[in-house]
Amino acid sequence: MKLVIFAGPPTCGKTTVIRQVIRRMLKKEYKPSFVKIDVLYADEDETINKEFGIPTKKIYSGELCPDHCNVVVLDEIVDWARNQGSDYLFVETAGLCLRCSPYIENSLGVVVLESTSGMNLPRKIGPMLTLADIAVITKIDLISQAEREVFRYRVIEAAKEIRIVESNALYGIGIDPIVKQIEKSNEIEEPMFLRGNPPVGTCTICAGKKEIGAKNHFGVLRTMEQELFYVGE
Amino acid sequence: MDIRKITVFGGIGKNGEPENVERFDLKMGDIISIVGPTGCGKTTLINDIELFANCNTPSKRKVLINDETIPEDFSFDPKEHPIALISQYTNFLSDLPVGEFLKIHATVRGAENIEQIIAETLEFANQLTGEAIIRNTAMTELSGGQTRSLLIADAVIIGNSPIILLDEIENAGINRTKALELLKNYKKIFVFVTHDPRIALLSDFRIVMKSGSMQKLIRTNQEETLAAGELKKIDDIVLHFRGLIRAGEEISELVLRESIQSLAK
Repeated sequence: MKLVIFAGPPTCGKTTVIRQVIRRMLKKEYKPSFVKIDVLYADEDETINKEFGIPTKKIYSGELCPDHCNVVVLDEIVDWARNQGSDYLFVETAGLCLRCSPYIENSLGVVVLESTSGMNLPRKIGPMLTLADIAVITKIDLISQAEREVFRYRVIEAAKEIRIVESNALYGIGIDPIVKQIEKSNEIEEPMFLRGNPPVGTCTICAGKKEIGAKNHFGVLRTMEQELFYVGE
Repeated sequence: MDIRKITVFGGIGKNGEPENVERFDLKMGDIISIVGPTGCGKTTLINDIELFANCNTPSKRKVLINDETIPEDFSFDPKEHPIALISQYTNFLSDLPVGEFLKIHATVRGAENIEQIIAETLEFANQLTGEAIIRNTAMTELSGGQTRSLLIADAVIIGNSPIILLDEIENAGINRTKALELLKNYKKIFVFVTHDPRIALLSDFRIVMKSGSMQKLIRTNQEETLAAGELKKIDDIVLHFRGLIRAGEEISELVLRESIQSLAK
């Protein structure tokens, strides 16, 4: 089975891209399944199941960061998809914090970026972009040629080796090259490893300590002037 | 990339039948129009050109550059992207000042004399607008007409794109006669999607669309060129009166009738 992880900021068009991909994969008689990881609400599993009749599932990360959740549950998701008899597993992540990325070593990672989110976006989102194999730029029909060029230039500036696909996914434009890359990708290699390094240290904030100020926390901390220091054993 | 020629091969219309127009060629310096009722697929046709469709869009059209197909995963260097599409939905999102923004674009495009190219772009744009664009204005504060003018100027001068696709610019409140006049000085391929008879008749040829399908290719003949001259006179009267209304003048039937009568002579 092959695994493809889709990441991208909220409302960037991930699901629209995935639906177009699934449509083409089914035409080629593959058996994909789809999993959505989100924080509080998602209905993409139901709409995709209704539209295509393929196995779908949603996982709420709740109090965990969704990428954190992805790391913890992905092995079970892979087992689930295998039991469904799938040959491709598409995972859509929420990708909210910009410090880590959900991609897995040797499997395909796709970041979906909305061209309307502004020319600075490629400089802002870190490993979600820099560690991806493909950047799909959506809603290209809505912005000026000039901004589109600057956007594209800055994507390449952030991720030199990345393959860029410009897409107007609503009309299914620019989807075929993505499908081609998915077909060319590797089988899942187990045990699976996260591609990027997670954020530094164990986070007391994630663990629920709400007090403001470094003096109330331990682990790797920092001052306002960007000095990193460590408190703890 | 040195573009000499674009070829478009017809695909299928909305009903699945092959298109009447099997192919057309565009050479540098050509100005063409795409005409037809709303919803007939004009925008889809220019989208196909913009994406270098290779039987992979719903219309199954195929586009060649210099007689060759563009591979599907071909990635244009943003500096070299040969096509600029300016549509009725295209907008600037950046809130940078106009000058700053043009500077970023010119830098990405690898321009050498950046200050000069910015000045040239603004001069071009300001010939098309009512109120001049000022360098320090935020992009998002520009009016619809100013935005469209700047989009065109930026594509022609900074982008220096060899192929420019313009989707219904007549709705944008810019001086389209001036636009056509200025554009003719640049040896590029211009494709207009238009409802404007004057733009259509000033083109080398026009493609007539119906139900998602290219129905006819009509070359502008001598007769039509003469008609275009007459149409210009009528249009100029309309534009003149538009100018008067914009300037706060009141219009009398007598003045209008006199204008029309002087046209008849």
